[in-house]
Amino acid sequence: MAKAGPASVEFRNVSMRYGAVTAVDNVNFTIKAGELVTLLGPSGCGKTTTLRMIAGLEIASEGQILIGGKDVTKLSAADRDVSMVFQSYALFPHMTVLENAAYGPTVKGLSKADAARMALEKLELVGLKGFEGRYPSELSGGQQQRVAVARALVLEPQVLLFDEPLSNLDAKLRRRVREEIRELQQDLNLTVAYVTHDQEEALAVSDRIIVMSNARIAQQGAPRSLYEEPADAFVADFIGDANLVDVTVRKVAGGHADVSIGSVTVSLPARGLAPGPARVAIRPEALLIGEAGKPGALPGKIRKCAYLGNHLDIMVETEVGELFVVQYGAREMLEPGLPVTISFASSGLTLIPSA
Amino acid sequence: MAPATRLALLIGWIGYALMPWYLVEGMSLTSLGWLSEYPFGKAGSALALSFSGQTPWLLPVGVALGLATAFIASQDRPLVARALIWAGLVGIVLFFAQGFAITLKDQGIPWLAALVGAAGAAQPGVGGGAFLTLLGLLLLLCHGLAYRGICRGDLFTTSAIGVVILLIGLFIFFPVSIILKSALVDQNGALAPSAFIARFLDSSIWGLGCVTSNTNCGVAWNTLILAVLCGVITTVLGLACALLILRTGMPGKRIMRALTVLPIITPPFVIGLALILLFGRAGAVSTLLYEWFAIPRSRWLYGLPGVLLAQVLAFAPIAFLVLIGVVQGISPSLEEASQTLGARRWQTFRTVTWPLLKPGIANAFLLGFVESMADFGNPLVLGGNYEVLATKIFFAVVGASYNQGQAAVLAVILLAFTLGAFWVQQRWLGDKSYTTVTGKGDAGLPTPLPRRITWLSATLILPWVALTVVIYAVIVVGGFVRNMGRDFTPTLEHYRTGFAIDFSNGIFFEGSAWSSFFTTVKVAAISAPLTAGIGLLTAYLLTRQRFRGRGMLEFATMLSFAIPGTVLGVAYILAFNVPPVEITGTGLILVIAFVFRNMPVGVRSGIAGLSQIDKSLDEASTTLRARSFTTLWRVVLPLLKPALVSALVYSFVRSMTAVSAVIFLVSAEYNLATAYIVGRVEAGEFGLAIAYSSVLIVFMTFGIGVIQLTVGERKLGRRTRIATIAAPAPAPAVG
Repeated sequence: MAKAGPASVEFRNVSMRYGAVTAVDNVNFTIKAGELVTLLGPSGCGKTTTLRMIAGLEIASEGQILIGGKDVTKLSAADRDVSMVFQSYALFPHMTVLENAAYGPTVKGLSKADAARMALEKLELVGLKGFEGRYPSELSGGQQQRVAVARALVLEPQVLLFDEPLSNLDAKLRRRVREEIRELQQDLNLTVAYVTHDQEEALAVSDRIIVMSNARIAQQGAPRSLYEEPADAFVADFIGDANLVDVTVRKVAGGHADVSIGSVTVSLPARGLAPGPARVAIRPEALLIGEAGKPGALPGKIRKCAYLGNHLDIMVETEVGELFVVQYGAREMLEPGLPVTISFASSGLTLIPSA
Repeated sequence: MAPATRLALLIGWIGYALMPWYLVEGMSLTSLGWLSEYPFGKAGSALALSFSGQTPWLLPVGVALGLATAFIASQDRPLVARALIWAGLVGIVLFFAQGFAITLKDQGIPWLAALVGAAGAAQPGVGGGAFLTLLGLLLLLCHGLAYRGICRGDLFTTSAIGVVILLIGLFIFFPVSIILKSALVDQNGALAPSAFIARFLDSSIWGLGCVTSNTNCGVAWNTLILAVLCGVITTVLGLACALLILRTGMPGKRIMRALTVLPIITPPFVIGLALILLFGRAGAVSTLLYEWFAIPRSRWLYGLPGVLLAQVLAFAPIAFLVLIGVVQGISPSLEEASQTLGARRWQTFRTVTWPLLKPGIANAFLLGFVESMADFGNPLVLGGNYEVLATKIFFAVVGASYNQGQAAVLAVILLAFTLGAFWVQQRWLGDKSYTTVTGKGDAGLPTPLPRRITWLSATLILPWVALTVVIYAVIVVGGFVRNMGRDFTPTLEHYRTGFAIDFSNGIFFEGSAWSSFFTTVKVAAISAPLTAGIGLLTAYLLTRQRFRGRGMLEFATMLSFAIPGTVLGVAYILAFNVPPVEITGTGLILVIAFVFRNMPVGVRSGIAGLSQIDKSLDEASTTLRARSFTTLWRVVLPLLKPALVSALVYSFVRSMTAVSAVIFLVSAEYNLATAYIVGRVEAGEFGLAIAYSSVLIVFMTFGIGVIQLTVGERKLGRRTRIATIAAPAPAPAVG
């Protein structure tokens, strides 16, 4: 069987409506061949619908979907060279592990021996050799997940889809399996679209992330650029933690803006903003706590301080509102009511348009 | 054009060019005399008949097929789609146009006949060839729609939807609309709304004679009174029994469960028959009372009391089956919460348990109400002068005063009643059920019943259970004694009359019951798999596919729940007695009647089964390149085995016990067991009737066992994750 190799996926102005509800609204993006792209967003943002449109389980109401440059918009799932790993794994409970994995080639009409050979190969790849004769109900959650991956891999699809594949695993296992998925994707050079609502998971595995909100794409880009240069308050808040503070842009010159945060003025990349009201997203680790009375810093008062092992979570009451600060390393606990000042690190502050 | 589409074309052409177009009398596989003139003559194919000029109006149908054939090698998907849609649509329209326009001499639709160029012509009812042609055209249309991207472009799905819609339209909507039409026309077939109104307002239907003077009330009131009483009593008994079994330490849980199966495998009028043998003028109990206490024999049983008693005995187990599910569904922790808040047992029952039960109770009442309305056997056997709609319809059709219009009007009224009840059930109760079975473990213990309710319930159900036991004892014993009530000499005479086999000359089935018994078994065995197949397929389409008009289809299948058997029977003889579909008197109409009568049961158990199977399993199969049909066959069906068993069992059993629909449709050649037994009852041969009934009950038990063995269990490994939470709710056996 000739291997088709990974293919790109392209959405052109794709929308999905159920009656009056718009689940996906005029979405455009491209997943390059061999790339792992995450669709990230809160529940109900349209990410799973987008994934199901790639699979062909939903047919787009409008727009064009291309896989490997070919228009597949109206093609049914069975006609697309795409496999999917389901959130519930969707293992057929009445078939053994081997029968599950061999299902794709079997329904394609391959001989039993060939189908079994292909299935065994992939089962070995995911480390499940020796489990062929078991039923899914006799496997642990992690093992079931691997069977689902092996089953999706057997036909060597052009595009592999993951729908929140880790949500049924415990926290420790999650980290290991996501690394395995990433390794598998890179070793086999697969095009993967991956849906998750866990921003940490997305940052860890992706080449690129597409952040969705309210049926639209909020921002797409590499994990680092999303974290460091969020386009708006939603992305800033959804990926990592952020203090969103209302500020005033005093003047803009040479791509830099002088921004007043309360009584303090800092210089930030202007990002195309004009003087006037704006907001700044401040990462908690970009806020530095200093002794009271320090000049050029925001005066404040400690409200709460929580000990979390490798860091402290601190809430500080200031003139621009309550700020959330994280201090790493073994620091002393800070008593509530203690007067302090807050100054800003050189990175971790991003100017965003006011809401 | 996909290979499947070519197959559809082939089916169409086989039907059009090879098979006999019309239904030929005397068709058989052993003697081929009816084929003598083939391909011309009465067994001719449409192609031959059209070109020889005998039926030129069939030619356009062939042209439509030809149009589709012209694109057989085309790769241009949109073009093929358009061609198939047009060819299929035009072909189907032409098919029905000529079919309904040209029927018997001087009937049909003259102007339409003239339009298709066949003024004054006549043709017999359609047969296998016509059916295959229609199927082929329909598949072409559906495939064309699939090429357009309907139903995600899945050929199987669109075809299945098309076939189901055609079948429901042809065998449910068409006959029912014929009834409506018959109600609106006079004896000569002319539209006569005044005649309808006159018949509708007739005093025999709505008269209030029983209130104002000493005559009988109208048949509509009789039916309503009986139905309300039956609904109330069966609900009370069912509830009492459910509460006792689930909320007290009462023994006999297993036995009660078994008792609920009995009425399902008991032909509906058998209870009435047993009551006659006990309480009739010559019944065992009446005789005892007369001899010991000199209480005169009377005919009190024949009328409202008898029919009500029989119906309560027959339908209370169904109410019990519904209510036990409702009582079980009440989470014990709710009652425990009430108790921890300081409520006593009685207060808890009044303020928590009872309000939660109410929707279920209303449901059980409506079920009993509808069952009673639709019941035909018991009023026929026990009604006496107390006429109800079901029996009055029967006598309007088969009686001396044959009156098709009156039968139609009565059927419309009965249909309106049952549909009304059904509508109330769907609209008002549909989403009012509070009983929840959550996935979360519920560790609470059900609160014991307050003592006064326990006593009240026990007092109510004891006579009922006792009477049921006695009734079944009578059914067992009745066949083995000479004359129940008068002469208790043991005898095998009744069985010999019915089921004697003469071995002197090979095997000769001498007994008078054999012929109807074999027909019944044959018809039940053919219709059960068809019912289960169509029912489960419909359930699959309704739950797993999204398409325009799904709501309509769902409504239509649910609607057929509410059509009483008597109404369907009348509708079938009115609709299928003349071409284009002329199948009365054949075994085929019995099979069709059973399939569409029982289909809702298949649909319901299919929906119940499918709702337990996670939809992502289907999707996983699809993304692994399996077509809908492969998915259905390899993934859904194996997991649906329990639903398949229950659909098969129900339709098999109901085909053997049904009487209301088929009593209109049986013929001398194709008589059915139930119709035969009713005949024996009317002739006063109670012994034979009851012997035959016991044979049926035993045979059905055996049949259920065979079905369970054949289909087998589904295997899910050691730890079954799909828990069968609730057994599929019992289907309302609308008599």
